Amino acid sequence: MNDMMRLVEPLIPALRRYARALAGDRATADDLVQDCLERAISRWHQRRPDGDARTWVFTILHNLAVNRMRQKARRGTHVALDSIEETALARAPSQDERLRHRDLLRALDTLSEEHRSVLLLVAVEDLSYAAAAKVLGVPVGTVMSRLSRAREKLLATIDQDGDGLTRPSLRRVK
Amino acid sequence: MNGARPIAEDDLQAFVDQALEPKRRSEVEAYLDGHPEAAARIRALVQQREALRAALAPVADEPLPPELNLARLIEMRRRPFLPSLRIAAVAALCLVLGGGAGWFMHGSLVRPESGIALLAREAADNYAVYGADRRHPVEIRAENSAELLGWISQRLGHAVAVPDLAASGYRFMGGRVVATPQGPAGLLMYDDDHGTRLVMLMRPMASQQDTPMSRQDHGPVTGFAWADGGIGYSLVGQTAPETLHPLADEVRRQIGKRI
Repeated sequence: MNDMMRLVEPLIPALRRYARALAGDRATADDLVQDCLERAISRWHQRRPDGDARTWVFTILHNLAVNRMRQKARRGTHVALDSIEETALARAPSQDERLRHRDLLRALDTLSEEHRSVLLLVAVEDLSYAAAAKVLGVPVGTVMSRLSRAREKLLATIDQDGDGLTRPSLRRVK
Repeated sequence: MNGARPIAEDDLQAFVDQALEPKRRSEVEAYLDGHPEAAARIRALVQQREALRAALAPVADEPLPPELNLARLIEMRRRPFLPSLRIAAVAALCLVLGGGAGWFMHGSLVRPESGIALLAREAADNYAVYGADRRHPVEIRAENSAELLGWISQRLGHAVAVPDLAASGYRFMGGRVVATPQGPAGLLMYDDDHGTRLVMLMRPMASQQDTPMSRQDHGPVTGFAWADGGIGYSLVGQTAPETLHPLADEVRRQIGKRI
């Protein structure tokens, strides 16, 4: 378990970030991360010791998050992304920056779960394409094509919403 | 375009993600120089990536809630059989049974040892086994200290050194790695001219919190335990506490100097 402390503990902030961006609100996201850590603890001995712990833990989290979102979708609830900018920051962003970030996250929220996850894993969490493919359970080629489409869609969404500074309340539904 | 492999969409994506090897990267840069429209799109995607990272960065900076404390989660999994209902049932049973025995059980079940109290128990257990061993009290002897320290440091994931108690009349005998429910621990053993042995046990603690030194006796074995910098230490022996306490202070002082 010392191994686990060494390899998994430093990942927790990134796991929270991924869960929050994927699942929306803080409570749901932290709940997912807790589930993920509990599973990781109970399955630690089953993982291939030569495998990458990061990819392995992200896979657990991703599967939990996707299941949770599908359950929620069936029940017809949608949770909007919590306002991240309200949290205590080491370096406070400017008002402009904050609004831009909020709009970007809202636009992200309108993407499909497949597009959001690939974009987050690669662009934010710095997973390699091969690692992202493992987490998502798809071939690398699929990662590449989804990534390209996700980026285009996000660009288009932001463009449609204007520069995002003046119309922060507009929000499109998938 | 110097006749290299044609630039594909995958290359452009990898360019945005800074995932290209330098050679391919410069080929893509050359391509973008010649294709302003593609270059504008890639610029927008690079900005988008930066903005996403910046927008989500604060989440990773938030302090972790206690539910996500990994050490605690691991600890809880080790004792899954103590849900509060069960504790209540045991406590009630003890009260019904009454008497000193019942009260004694209650205490031990309701408050499972943790932290340095647990470490002190592990030290006392190891003292009982190895401190009494006349044939192989240590696995690696003092003359091979470097090998011993390398072994312990590697298993604990933390560099350790041997406190020198010669001035107090205790010689370093050697040590070994031993098993505890929390994983490997390093055991160092000392003795004096009368053959009185002391054992020091050290291992990483679930909590990073420093814990002040406290006396932790187990039967005839006296002990002093504390935690510094995420590592717990317990010095134990069948020695009067008045003798052991200054030794523990000395050990702590020497370890503290290294930190």
